[in-house]
Amino acid sequence: MSEVDTKAHDEAEEKAYGFWLFLMSDAILFSLLFATYAIMVTATDNGPARTEIFGYWRTAANTALLLSSSLTMGLASIAICEARKAAAFQWIIVTMILALAFLVLEIQEFAGLVAQGAGPDRSGFLSAYFTLVGTHGAHVTVGLIWMAVLCLHLAMAPIGPAVQSATERLTMFWHLVGIVWIGIYSMVYLPGLYQ
Amino acid sequence: MSDVKRHKREVRNYLVGFGLAALLTIIPFAITAAGGLSRTWFDLAILLAAVVQVLVHLRYFLHIDLRHTPRENLLALGFTGVLMVLMIGGTLWIMGNLAARMMGT
Repeated sequence: MSEVDTKAHDEAEEKAYGFWLFLMSDAILFSLLFATYAIMVTATDNGPARTEIFGYWRTAANTALLLSSSLTMGLASIAICEARKAAAFQWIIVTMILALAFLVLEIQEFAGLVAQGAGPDRSGFLSAYFTLVGTHGAHVTVGLIWMAVLCLHLAMAPIGPAVQSATERLTMFWHLVGIVWIGIYSMVYLPGLYQ
Repeated sequence: MSDVKRHKREVRNYLVGFGLAALLTIIPFAITAAGGLSRTWFDLAILLAAVVQVLVHLRYFLHIDLRHTPRENLLALGFTGVLMVLMIGGTLWIMGNLAARMMGT
């Protein structure tokens, strides 16, 4: 490796480590939202309870979309690492479509809940639910914007170390979003749906 | 290692992770649809599937590996785990205790 390459490599590693620390603090933020939800879950104020408002197939669809997007994001990161532009575009765009479909389903769900009088202002339970799942949805939105920016970078210049190092961080971010969703369907949706 | 070999290994890594994750997702969804378990066993089964799936994501998607991942990244991950246990466990303990003491008022 030349001296320039080594320097770029060190820099990329430093950035990946810094970003890893951010992700860990993000994970702690989510764990506190989970703890809040667990405490608030019975605080329904005689309003809708968790057994009444969740949809099995919507949850399954959201889970399938997000898990598949973790795979396609990984394939995109491999393509960018190997500087294969066409494949990178293809996988990033597939990932964006999956993420967008996830968001559409989630926004529909939120809108439906608000319409039936189960908005975040109804009870402590619903406040905690909307905060936890909404924060996750905000992360998905940020990831989607980040992917769009990455597409612009890919379109404008050949794949270099800067784009590769940014992709590494985006991939880490996206996998964290996927891991948080495991917690959400396991701790929020499925226990609510189980009769 | 040739580039082709490395490419194959990395793609296979992701596919194996995806397969395991899909299986560990289908199990809790199937348990939920089937019903029949007591609440305690249901909660335990869901929790176990979730924990194992998180480990699968860390290993196959985030490439965390006890030998090759830099030590400081592992330290940060371990510390995060400790903080989560303390904060979630502590919150549930204190608030559960409070709820028990407030019963009937």
